[in-house]
Amino acid sequence: MTDSKYFTTTKKGEIFELKAELNSDKKEKKKEAVKKVIASMTVGKDVSALFPDVVNCMQTDNLELKKLVYLYLMNYAKSQPDMAIMAVNTFVKDCEDPNPLIRALAVRTMGCIRVDKITEYLCEPLRKCLKDEDPYVRKTAAVCVAKLHDINAQLVEDQGFLDTLKDLISDSNPMVVANAVAALSEIAESHPSSDLLDLNPQSINKLLTALNECTEWGQIFILDCLANYTPKDDREAQSICERVTPRLSHANSAVVLSAVKVLMKFMEMLSKDLDYYGTLLKKLAPPLVTLLSAEPELQYVALRNINLIVQKRPEILKHEMKVFFVKYNDPIYVKLEKLDIMIRLASQANIAQVLAELKEYATEVDVDFVRKAVRAIGRCAIKVEQSAERCVSTLLDLIQTKVNYVVQEAIVVIKDIFRKYPNKYESVIATLCENLDSLDEPEARAAMIWIVGEYAERIDNADELLESFLEGFHDESTQVQLQLLTAIVKLFLKKPTETQELVQQVLSLATQDSDNPDLRDRGYIYWRLLSTDPVAAKEVVLAEKPLISEETDLIEPTLLDELICYIGTLASVYHKPPSAFVEGGRGVVHKSLPPRTASSESTESPETAPAGAPPGEQPDVIPTQGDLLGDLLNLDLGPPVSGPPLATSSVQMGAVDLLGGGLDSLIGGTNFAAPPTAAAPASLGAPIGSGLSDLFDLTSGVGSLSGSYVAPKAVWLPAMKAKGLEISGTFTRQVGAISMDLQLTNKALQVMTDFAIQFNRNSFGLAPAAPLQVHAPLSPNQTVEISLPLNTVGSVMKMEPLNNLQAVSSRLQSSNVFTIAKRNVEAQDMLYQSLRLTNGIWVLAELRIQPGNPNLTLSLKCRAPEVSQHVYQAYETILKN
Amino acid sequence: MIHSLFLINSSGDIFLEKHWKSVVSRSVCDYFFEAQERATEAENVPPVIPTPHHYLLSVYRHKIFFVAVIQTEVPPLFVIEFLHRVVDTFQDYFGVCSEPVIKDNVVVVYEVLEEMLDNGFPLATESNILKELIKPPTILRTVVNTITGSTNVGDQLPTGQLSVVPWRRTGVKYTNNEAYFDVIEEIDAIIDKSGSTITAEIQGVIDACVKLTGMPDLTLSFMNPRLLDDVSFHPCVRFKRWESERILSFIPPDGNFRLLSYHVSAQNLVAIPVYVKHSISFRDSSALGRFEITVGPKQTMGKTIEGVLVSSQMPKGVLNMSLTPSQGTHTFDPVTKMLSWDVGKINPQKLPSLKGTMSLQAGAPKPDENPTVNLQFKIQQLAISGLKVNRLDMYGEKYKPFKGIKYMTKAGKFQVRT
Repeated sequence: MTDSKYFTTTKKGEIFELKAELNSDKKEKKKEAVKKVIASMTVGKDVSALFPDVVNCMQTDNLELKKLVYLYLMNYAKSQPDMAIMAVNTFVKDCEDPNPLIRALAVRTMGCIRVDKITEYLCEPLRKCLKDEDPYVRKTAAVCVAKLHDINAQLVEDQGFLDTLKDLISDSNPMVVANAVAALSEIAESHPSSDLLDLNPQSINKLLTALNECTEWGQIFILDCLANYTPKDDREAQSICERVTPRLSHANSAVVLSAVKVLMKFMEMLSKDLDYYGTLLKKLAPPLVTLLSAEPELQYVALRNINLIVQKRPEILKHEMKVFFVKYNDPIYVKLEKLDIMIRLASQANIAQVLAELKEYATEVDVDFVRKAVRAIGRCAIKVEQSAERCVSTLLDLIQTKVNYVVQEAIVVIKDIFRKYPNKYESVIATLCENLDSLDEPEARAAMIWIVGEYAERIDNADELLESFLEGFHDESTQVQLQLLTAIVKLFLKKPTETQELVQQVLSLATQDSDNPDLRDRGYIYWRLLSTDPVAAKEVVLAEKPLISEETDLIEPTLLDELICYIGTLASVYHKPPSAFVEGGRGVVHKSLPPRTASSESTESPETAPAGAPPGEQPDVIPTQGDLLGDLLNLDLGPPVSGPPLATSSVQMGAVDLLGGGLDSLIGGTNFAAPPTAAAPASLGAPIGSGLSDLFDLTSGVGSLSGSYVAPKAVWLPAMKAKGLEISGTFTRQVGAISMDLQLTNKALQVMTDFAIQFNRNSFGLAPAAPLQVHAPLSPNQTVEISLPLNTVGSVMKMEPLNNLQAVSSRLQSSNVFTIAKRNVEAQDMLYQSLRLTNGIWVLAELRIQPGNPNLTLSLKCRAPEVSQHVYQAYETILKN
Repeated sequence: MIHSLFLINSSGDIFLEKHWKSVVSRSVCDYFFEAQERATEAENVPPVIPTPHHYLLSVYRHKIFFVAVIQTEVPPLFVIEFLHRVVDTFQDYFGVCSEPVIKDNVVVVYEVLEEMLDNGFPLATESNILKELIKPPTILRTVVNTITGSTNVGDQLPTGQLSVVPWRRTGVKYTNNEAYFDVIEEIDAIIDKSGSTITAEIQGVIDACVKLTGMPDLTLSFMNPRLLDDVSFHPCVRFKRWESERILSFIPPDGNFRLLSYHVSAQNLVAIPVYVKHSISFRDSSALGRFEITVGPKQTMGKTIEGVLVSSQMPKGVLNMSLTPSQGTHTFDPVTKMLSWDVGKINPQKLPSLKGTMSLQAGAPKPDENPTVNLQFKIQQLAISGLKVNRLDMYGEKYKPFKGIKYMTKAGKFQVRT
């Protein structure tokens, strides 16, 4: 008597049999037949041929039969649109049924039938149901609007359903409110620009009231919606937080996490001195810990989110290290996440415990996990200096186990420890060398080679060791080859006498026998360095390397802030902003944390700068080339604003020649890049080295080189594009010398060092006259001003000079003189321009430019001739400036 | 929201699919099968799998994968939480949740799924309400239905869904009015080689079975409510009262439900009721290893420890074990290397032990890893955290209900490293 019998019928005439049964007079038989049809449908059999017969069963008083037929309709209406029309009448009738259950069922099912013809008939019943007296029907209808929108968005807008839906947010029934919010959120996702959910304090208040009374799922929708709101001041933020906090005790983990998101976001606005701030921090820890006792799948999502929270506010969970300890039967995806968080929470206070755990994990069975555990030990050593010694000895113990992959991982991390604490743990090298033969992974081999090269002077048989690697040079991976090349060069520089042959061998292998461009390049550089200037070679190759930083895998602060706004979503699981992966990027609006404000200043724009970042120095006067620069950099510098004040201009008479003939050629390309640490050929683990190499290809316009006028600094490179390094600058010319004034600001977490600059070839042959000198390392949030002298002896790259006219007109336009037309008459360029004075006087101007002649002729036409003298002056000022 | 649901058994067959929006082709599951192949064990299949056009979120329970398909940015916890709710509902409806049972009741399953989600939005997930809408199959009802032609589907409006107490239906009547509360605590702990506790925490729940007529309003107070600083409540509990007076005040749902769950964290001192003495040694030279393990009571407040089950995953190198237990029975599976020893009750006067030798693979180096011992046990009439209910009062109804409170402590994930 079970349903499993429906699975077994595989007879050939099955469909026919069912057809007969469906048309039977007996109710019971009919129902059985529909059940069979549904069962076949659920297992993927095609029973669409029975469509008319099943639809015939629809008009019945039997609720179960009705439901079953509805189920069938939802599945197959799409494939039989003409037939589906037959069902419309019954739907419309059911929407009027006295029983609200049937009304709701009808409107629900109609929405699921994705046939255009049907949706037209749906509108009237839906409108009625949205205003139904029974909240159960209303809440079902609210969802139906979302369904309809998915099928035909235009129809929904035309029929005004969106407004009705917005009204439902103020409904008296919390369940209706929740469903309306859910429906609106879903619709809003496909309409990123529309302000469907325009939240104001009143609607927020309604949502918060509904929050207490609706179902757990409704709470999730409401909380997610609340998270998009930006409170107008800290007081409002606090009052919302207070009303959201009870949700942290909810049994549904999704509710908890959504509440955490709201709190994390609004907390940003609260002052840290507030008592409430501390209370809130304390309240956040227990629910997060509780999430970890849930099912493993929930744990995984929770852990990914906790990873973000720990990076943003480490203080919340700093005492909860133990809950992240790994149980041996946790699924591997949970284990790896826990490990990650353990390292983030490691501090001097708990490092002993953490290390003991990590050592335990390193003897487990699962290879991936063991590897990560060994790596974690290394990261602890780098993070907590006091523990370095203990970490190293733990690693040595692990190497003694001789388990192949453990040894290899240990060697990789020991290399990092050497980078962090040079000349401290060399005693372990001997042990490492013993394991040379067992290394078969490129990363481990490269690490070992690096160690041998770096400490060649203390390893007696360094040359033998390296030579042994050299035998199979061509079979090695690039990583190992590069490392080997560098290591042998280091060895040669340290012990030149015995290793000459070796170095020649490796150089020829790298340059002649290899087709890898990186390897060849590096080979040639070394070769030339060694052959021309061994002292320089020593300085370059054996240069002191910057210490590696503590946290190499922190998420960039701006991204982190954005991700905090996405707690509990897929974005938080992937640690990527939704724009990076959500299908088609539709509906993606960048979110950012609200700035901390104590005042009641309105901060409604979602684009407000993330808190913590210093206010950007937006230049308020953009030099004449500013807009050009803006174009090139793809910067949105805003519309050009008026030029420098007129009064200052009359002094600059000496610059006339620059204007006429020289201006075009001045605007050329100056490319520069500042790759720190690029000088260290072994950029092993250099945390920021790679970041800046692809910095930018900046073609900047050169500002006016006139005597005293200096264009204000413009941001050439925003921090977003260069991993935190912001460069702004300008060009000046003083006493005939050109120099570039730079302002470097470190907006990243790490210290930046080793700045260098390089100019691309440009039309003026501009080149640095001296190396870029940034003496002290640039610590986070520090700014340094540098003036780099330039000369013009660099190689010149012919560039298409900018059109004279274009230059002049753009320059004038930036001073609000607009070009109406241009014409070429008898080899003279004519520009026709207009300007309007603030008192309403119009001036028309004709500007004549002769190629090769630095002088311009200006003719004016104006109803008030007395202004013309001043206009002449103004033109002169603008153009000479 | 949730687009579709696929049920997949461990051999990789899709045996049920349900779509709440447009139909998503089964082929989307190929991405899931790929991930399943990569993961060595079913438990290790990652819960979130991206595919070019969809995301697959899955849970693995009762040897069935419940795979939800979503298309837009949806909170993954919401989906996973919902999937678990689906499994709980099936279990509630059919007693067990397994492939044959689901196939046996496919129509009910389909109807239930249809009621649980509408267009991907959760509709009715409280089992009380669902059962009103679609009656669970019972043998009697099946027989009656076949004879009379009536159906499983209720024709009532789920009244509860609209009232202020959506979790309780109106007009409940019982001849015997009773309310039972079970305080169940599970200890999760990791004990290291030397027997000291690395981490220990208690996950506690209070499960209730309330069969009371009308609209009773209950209050439950504790002797030591301070213990409960990290709690999750059933929606029926009035949070304000708890905040101000530390009293649980609620109108209960009808029938079985979880009133609250709580967490006593590692920072508070957690009593560990058992200890394990072990000596497991592999020798490099010989092909024999020694194995000895003893279990004894520690802080049990005078209660007996029962239902003790010791299990351990032995290293691959162990070929067989020859052991003698002082009580209970033991098995060793040479294929999975799983040792399990069903101890039963612990008699403090005569501690149970399991002794013997292990035969190792000849010539192979001794195993690197030490086996971890997993422990299960039960202690009746004790809540190890010390939580005690003070009193239970009922307002709003006139009759006198029968009240009962039971305590139990169990091992959760209780692991001893060796």
